Amino acid sequence: MSANEGDRDRILRAVRAKLGVRGDEAGRRGLVRTRIDRAPAGIIPARAAEDRAALIRRFIAALEGQNATVQRLKKRAEAPEAIAAYLRGLNMPLQLRFGADPAFSEMPWDETPIEVRRGPADGADLTSFSVASAAAAETGTLFLASGPDNPSTLNFLPETHIVMIAAEDIFGPYEEAWSKIRRIHGRGRMPRTVNLISGPSRTADIEQTIVNGAHGPKRLHVLLVSR
Amino acid sequence: MESTSHAFKSNSDRALADEQLQRALLNVKRGFVYKRAKAREALPEFDALKRQAREIKDHTLANLDIYLEEYERKVVESGGHVHWAATAEDARRIVLKLCQDAGAKSVTKGKSMIAEEIGLNGALEAAGLEVVETDLGEYIIQIRGEGPSHIIAPAIHLTRDQIEADFRRVHPTLPEDRRLDDPEQLVGEARAMLRAKFLAADVGITGANFLIAETGTSVIVTNEGNGDLTQLLPRVHIVIASIEKITPTLEDASAILRVLARSATGQEMSTYTTFSTGPRREGDPDGPEAYHVVLLDNGRTDMLGGEFHEMLRCIRCGACMNHCPVYNAVGGHAYGWVYPGPMGAVLTPQLIGVHEAGHLPNASTFCGRCESVCPMEIPLTKLMRQWRTREYDAGGAPWRVRAALKIWALLAKRPELYHAVMRLGPAALALLARGKGRLRSLPLAGGWTQHRDFPAPEGPTFQSLWQAEAVRREAAAREAMMADAP
Repeated sequence: MSANEGDRDRILRAVRAKLGVRGDEAGRRGLVRTRIDRAPAGIIPARAAEDRAALIRRFIAALEGQNATVQRLKKRAEAPEAIAAYLRGLNMPLQLRFGADPAFSEMPWDETPIEVRRGPADGADLTSFSVASAAAAETGTLFLASGPDNPSTLNFLPETHIVMIAAEDIFGPYEEAWSKIRRIHGRGRMPRTVNLISGPSRTADIEQTIVNGAHGPKRLHVLLVSR
Repeated sequence: MESTSHAFKSNSDRALADEQLQRALLNVKRGFVYKRAKAREALPEFDALKRQAREIKDHTLANLDIYLEEYERKVVESGGHVHWAATAEDARRIVLKLCQDAGAKSVTKGKSMIAEEIGLNGALEAAGLEVVETDLGEYIIQIRGEGPSHIIAPAIHLTRDQIEADFRRVHPTLPEDRRLDDPEQLVGEARAMLRAKFLAADVGITGANFLIAETGTSVIVTNEGNGDLTQLLPRVHIVIASIEKITPTLEDASAILRVLARSATGQEMSTYTTFSTGPRREGDPDGPEAYHVVLLDNGRTDMLGGEFHEMLRCIRCGACMNHCPVYNAVGGHAYGWVYPGPMGAVLTPQLIGVHEAGHLPNASTFCGRCESVCPMEIPLTKLMRQWRTREYDAGGAPWRVRAALKIWALLAKRPELYHAVMRLGPAALALLARGKGRLRSLPLAGGWTQHRDFPAPEGPTFQSLWQAEAVRREAAAREAMMADAP
């Protein structure tokens, strides 16, 4: 960084000269500090402030509108059977890759013929399984945090990505989903990556025709667990 | 990128005569305009959110020095590095050095307009690196050796059969008899070809839609997931972004995201919005080992606090060009440099000089559609007008334009003379048309009559009609008053 020290000072000096400020004004510093510390939310669209049932409905409709599929489960333990049935329906091999999230250990994997692999994706995996930290119903957006529990490569390399979200982690607006992320990781701190995912990978770069599965998953299947 | 902005007029002539381009440009309306209108319709708070997005950016720019320092502090705190680059050349040098220090042979890139602006690919390739664009549109223009023609849909000037021909040319190892007549087959082929590049790359370079001061986070917004594979798989992730991308908090970024995708593609939210902070953490099984941010000025501080300050609010959604009649007629390449359409007409003269790019702010009918759809409420027509003034003051306007403006100014300052001349005009034109109602050619207006007839005026001017009407109304009112009188 030291090699660029000259440019740093030059740029900051130019910014201050153009704005007609010094940079050490207590008022401006305080304003910035307060905004960062309090991180006030602005306008929340009415659609993100509906009752629980309406939010869940909107969450599902938004994902389906972006070509994802959503399946409701009563409890986590139903996940292995549901995934096996989903993969059979697509005529796909019963193989699955997932991370170290404690939720996975509570699932009866030996009751299904699914071949389970643990850890990040290596490029050869066909299907992956992740747990979302939170979701925003307003646009059907899942929040996935990186780390050993749910490695980020699982979100992008396999052709099929299955994501579990607990109903209680579905919030209305993005702001509330961020509050949950802050409760986990601490204020002003972030995991390496937070992926906001609202559907399967797509592109419209050829004549504005939408095609799924550009570089990321061709399919996004969401398991919505009631408890 | 070499600029041809000075040749806007001849570029446009070529574009208008290019049938393939004209066919491709129809997709702008089909892909963007209708979808944006629908997305806006579906969110009653849209206009209020626009106002709020503008306020967030205004607040940030007014305190940019402090936010930049805060942002830098948080990046360093999370294990990343910040490099400041005053000019495009500085930025190219820094990125190249980072690649060389990493011992890189191959570099993958997510779509970045800043990388286009500073001509990054050429600099890296000249140093012997393999550079692979991974966004499908960018990949297509890279194999064609072209620049982007749109800031979010770089290959929108191409038709499917052109892309098929390019893929057959650059993928010679694939079977010749394979079918590629469907966009899905083309996407599948690009996916397969690029997957190996993703896995082999040493360095991944992305841009950023936001840099968040609260957390030291860079944000990219994509639909394909290419940006994610670019920044997730290689050992080193380099972010290149200009200083006005700073946004205070996660909440502020979320607020602007509500108008970004809706204005750009008409989606409520892009498929992937990715928040990256520092390198992989201890215990993380994937992610880059090193994280660098190159903060670029390249003319931004010159705009700050001045006539073009408001342009710094731009979030690069592309709505202005999608809705611009000029862009829709000639496409992005006619503008001759990296940024086309109304936002390009404001930004380009700032970045490469008004002498080179003075035509661009003139390439507008000032219909104002651009600023009516701008989610950051940037007064684009006002800013273009300011460039016209500057171009004129700098002696950039041709003598015929200057002479015409002088004559007009002479008349406009003398109302009596002005009206007399204006009354003469229609009469003279009607005479010239010889009762046919239209003119095939007209002195001083060859540019118009070359392509279409000029309709001849069919009576007196609006001004004289209005005056006659006023006289008539006054008389009628007087009469009515007389009638009412006892």
